[in-house]
Amino acid sequence: MLIIQLAINGIAVGCIYALVALGLVLIYKATEAVNFAQGDLMMLGAFFALTFISFGGLPFWVGLALAIIGMAAVGMIMERLVLRPILGQPQFAVIMVTIGVGFILRSGATMIPGWGTSSQALPTPFSNQTLDVAGLVMAQEHLAIIGATVILCALLYGFFRHTRFGIAMQAASQNQLAAAYMGIPIKRVSAATWAIAAAVAALGGVLLAPIALVEANMGFVVLKAFPAAVLGGFASLPGAVIGGVVIGLIEVFSGRYISDTARNLAPFVVLLAVLVIRPEGLFAEPKKRRA
Amino acid sequence: MRFLFKTNYEQDVRLFQHGGQVFWYAVLAVLVLVAPLVLSDYLVGEAAFVFILAIAGVGLMLLTGYTGLVSLGHAAFLGIGAYGEAYLLSKGVPFPISMLLAALIAGATGFLIGLPTLRLSGVYLAIATFGFALIVSEILAKWESVTRGFNGFRVPRIVMFGETLRQDWHLYYISLAVLVVVILGVLNLLRSPTGRAFIAIRDSEVAAQSLGVNLTVYKTLAFALSAAITGLAGALYAHKLNFLSPDGFNIILSIQLLLMIVVGGLGSLHGAVFGALFVGALPSVIGILRGELPRVIAEQPGLEPLIFGLILVLTIIFEPYGIYGRWLKLKLYFQLFPLYRRATFRRTKAFLKSGRR
Repeated sequence: MLIIQLAINGIAVGCIYALVALGLVLIYKATEAVNFAQGDLMMLGAFFALTFISFGGLPFWVGLALAIIGMAAVGMIMERLVLRPILGQPQFAVIMVTIGVGFILRSGATMIPGWGTSSQALPTPFSNQTLDVAGLVMAQEHLAIIGATVILCALLYGFFRHTRFGIAMQAASQNQLAAAYMGIPIKRVSAATWAIAAAVAALGGVLLAPIALVEANMGFVVLKAFPAAVLGGFASLPGAVIGGVVIGLIEVFSGRYISDTARNLAPFVVLLAVLVIRPEGLFAEPKKRRA
Repeated sequence: MRFLFKTNYEQDVRLFQHGGQVFWYAVLAVLVLVAPLVLSDYLVGEAAFVFILAIAGVGLMLLTGYTGLVSLGHAAFLGIGAYGEAYLLSKGVPFPISMLLAALIAGATGFLIGLPTLRLSGVYLAIATFGFALIVSEILAKWESVTRGFNGFRVPRIVMFGETLRQDWHLYYISLAVLVVVILGVLNLLRSPTGRAFIAIRDSEVAAQSLGVNLTVYKTLAFALSAAITGLAGALYAHKLNFLSPDGFNIILSIQLLLMIVVGGLGSLHGAVFGALFVGALPSVIGILRGELPRVIAEQPGLEPLIFGLILVLTIIFEPYGIYGRWLKLKLYFQLFPLYRRATFRRTKAFLKSGRR
């Protein structure tokens, strides 16, 4: 019984990592850049929701929708201002630029009146309610996280498989120059990718809010999303979700059966081990090397 | 405008290309040597800190600027160097030897971690080093028999020639000497076949490989050397701090080291030194700014990271070659006056080249 209980907690925690990892993978797939500011976008999304719901007094679902739309706009602005100018520059430049943006967002959030440096609770319909199923206690916020992750995955899967724009995004990610020759609007694709990734981050932020409080440093959860994304191969959406869940499970079980230090370290030990043994991730199809 | 007429190959590998350089570097050497006589104790201490940062910067520059490998975990090597130095000194190993051993330990760690991870490219390497740094900082906190954990580690004073060195200017001259040796060493390395191989790997792995450069060997070598130099800086940093605590060597420090070489100018040793000056001076400048700004802004604790972030982003967008790049442009402007054209340095339009395999 304990094991099943732990497993449910692990999956719920893992789904949070999966949501952040999804954002990372989306951007990597489309622009081959790693967004080190993904966690900070998540933080910003949670603060948007907090502003609309707690300060603005809007109903939860309206506030959530507004936060997601707002963050999509932030993602587009960020792409236009910061990433468009360095389109085509080496990956290193993108890594450093997103680290810089992360710094700006994190310290900027502490300066906005009402957001500040203290942590705040975001009331959600799932807070502090539990569901008893056959002797298992499940927090509703955990179930909401798992449910939202599953729905989001299905949506993204459908988008990339069956819509014109989703296929254009995949093409742009595989070969930017060839995609441009085929008439795919590279710049619009890039902007849309960042908008979607920021919107996913907003959702992640709101879902994380009941578990961890809303504060400027909540973006550091991205540290755990990297192992998740790497485990899944970094270019695979289902891989990111499975990777996130695996990392969540490893964390919860090593924390319970070994020690708290092990809980903190395990994701990174797994990360290094995966990189050494199978750098293409557990779920990527092997590819031939190109020049 | 100076024209260099080259008559033999020797001229290309000379340390100084022409008499002007000899003159200006001699002036710089004299200035740096007499500075502690003129400056206040506080400024001498700050200058020593800048030298230590510059040593670490040269180490990271060798890896990121010349071999093209990004490390988000160099604070770990700084930490290993610092703790190695403190531990060895407390066990009675005399000073210069302890510093070299600390660098050796950092280098060996770099070698061990580089061996598996350097098969990876670009983003994966960045993330792997990132994970490695987190693991190291956790070990520093938990391995209490060596690092004394969160109780902190008081670093023993340097004893040389029977004297205990505790003045700021002692550390100033020691750091300066180490910096000069490191810079000359790296300069020499870069003019050797090994250094050429590093640069070839940076510019194109495929091309380097087809010219017979063994990627694994040279990447691991670059990583180990870079780690060792950073460890050397760490050993000196331990004496600058006097008191080590494991949370000092975190991801923020790693990012500051990267920021330093990016702002200074990637791909040049000048850049590492300019960057160190910049990062060393920035907190003081921000401190002065806080006095001038209205209180509402000045009292914000997030001001410093905000300015760091802004500078990083603006540098990458507007001046990808950093302070040194700007310096070269200025120099060319005056040399060619009034014929300088902006287009000389205009970036060509580029499409993303896939590094994915």
